[in-house]
Amino acid sequence: MAILVIAEHTNVALGAATLNTVSAAKAIGGEIHVLVAGAGSAAVAEAAAKIDGVSKVLSADNAAFAHQLPENVAPLIAEVGKGYSHILASATTNGKNIMPRVAALLDVDQISEIIAVESADTFKRPIYAGNAIATVQSSAAIKVITVRGTGFDAAAAEGGSATVEAVAAGSDAGISAFVGEELAKSDRPELTAAKVVVSGGRGMQNGENFAMLNRVADKLGAAVGASRAAVDAGFVPNDMQVGQTGKIVAPDLYIAVGISGAIQHLAGMKDSKVIVAINKDEDAPIFQVADYGLVADLFDAIPELEAAL
Amino acid sequence: MKVLVAVKRVVDYNVKVRVKADNSGVDLANVKMSMNPFCEIGVEEAIRLKEKGIATEVVVVSIGPNAAQEQLRTALALGADRAILVECNDELRSLTVAKLLKAVVDQEQPQLIMLGKQAIDSDNNQTGQMLGALTGYAQGTFASKVEVAGDKVNVTREIDGGLQTVALNLPAIVTTDLRLNEPRYASLPNIMKAKKKPLEIITPDSLGVSTASTVTTLKVEAPATRSAGIKVKSVAELVEKLKNEAKVI
Repeated sequence: MAILVIAEHTNVALGAATLNTVSAAKAIGGEIHVLVAGAGSAAVAEAAAKIDGVSKVLSADNAAFAHQLPENVAPLIAEVGKGYSHILASATTNGKNIMPRVAALLDVDQISEIIAVESADTFKRPIYAGNAIATVQSSAAIKVITVRGTGFDAAAAEGGSATVEAVAAGSDAGISAFVGEELAKSDRPELTAAKVVVSGGRGMQNGENFAMLNRVADKLGAAVGASRAAVDAGFVPNDMQVGQTGKIVAPDLYIAVGISGAIQHLAGMKDSKVIVAINKDEDAPIFQVADYGLVADLFDAIPELEAAL
Repeated sequence: MKVLVAVKRVVDYNVKVRVKADNSGVDLANVKMSMNPFCEIGVEEAIRLKEKGIATEVVVVSIGPNAAQEQLRTALALGADRAILVECNDELRSLTVAKLLKAVVDQEQPQLIMLGKQAIDSDNNQTGQMLGALTGYAQGTFASKVEVAGDKVNVTREIDGGLQTVALNLPAIVTTDLRLNEPRYASLPNIMKAKKKPLEIITPDSLGVSTASTVTTLKVEAPATRSAGIKVKSVAELVEKLKNEAKVI
């Protein structure tokens, strides 16, 4: 039994989420291979070869894979994946985009966003926005799975010495094209990989006030997130959203500022080790999950916090 | 251009679901059911395309129990022209749903197929992409903007790092994200009118699709709960606790 892990990457760097997915593969048990489908992505293949526990890296380097268009990448994964018992990808927007297409090409069901491995065919996954946890068993010949990173510790990025093999497959399906992207540029850590996350909600009142959170975040080496309410109100862009339909985070410390704590937000952060809530409404539901709650006006508390750090 | 929108009947998003005592699932007895919010956004987008003169007909399809007629009538009241219910009482997996939709696509031949990116009950986020594989059409998932231009559709997608725009050949599949639009409410006259719009009921058998699946749900449990911690009185106390008690800063 061998497991194929699909690498998450930017063509130049390996995505941290891949390390959590490799850990999920280890929990299933078996030889672990990593597929890097990209364009000019040799450095990613080299990085993948160093992940602890990986025995082989398959590198499919083709211009058609440059932007991870599912119409081009899914047929490759389905073709390469035929010889494996499991195909795993991170439940990033990229993994979520491509993997169901792979599953349907292989004519198998997919199991989405697993948070635990019970056995090689049985997994736990959240349903109803995390209000229930289902244990599901699959009898499919090839198990196509996406992995929620917060459910698994990252595998060591160094220590492995896998062989890298080129895969000469792939073509442009010719039905889709990349037009452009607007990526948020930030010197701060990535939300899903940060040890500390500071998030703002509707209580921030506007986008300019997020500068206050940025200053606190810089002192803590933290990433800055937001609730859906703050994103929908146009304070900050969508890629900052933490919640069921945004990013799922589980840092060591999560500081929720001016966030009431709607169920869908809690679904995105309740696995954090320590949760701090700062809100002037003492009845806000966020306090029911917070380890430390401070009932205060955030416009007083945040500058004070910045000064105290 | 014909637009097909798939809608799912799910527990209303305001309902706090409870796991059944025997761990066989969640308790849906006497619980309010609604159209999946992401599907509602798909219906709204299709109707806006019709209002702009781009779409000529909006067909809504649902796969589910007889009661899903309620959600189809809602879509008709919002402005869809006609509805199809593939009646099935079993709990279906996404691949089966995609196969049933593929059969409907073969019959209807729409140019654009809209689906919600995920249903808020099973949270799978699979059906649109699977339909893409089965039809061989391109897919624009997690859409925050949809622009039809000639024989292509430009879809702006919400991705982890920001936004990505792709150009897809028609026919194509689009799955909706939250910020694509804000769905309207149905007016009373339109609700009355919707009762007279055509709603066809068919079965999976008539589409030649088996509803068997390789996935079995063994049990459903309530998640581990977090208990509330303590309230601190000041920022100074908070910083002290984080440093010395929690040791996270």
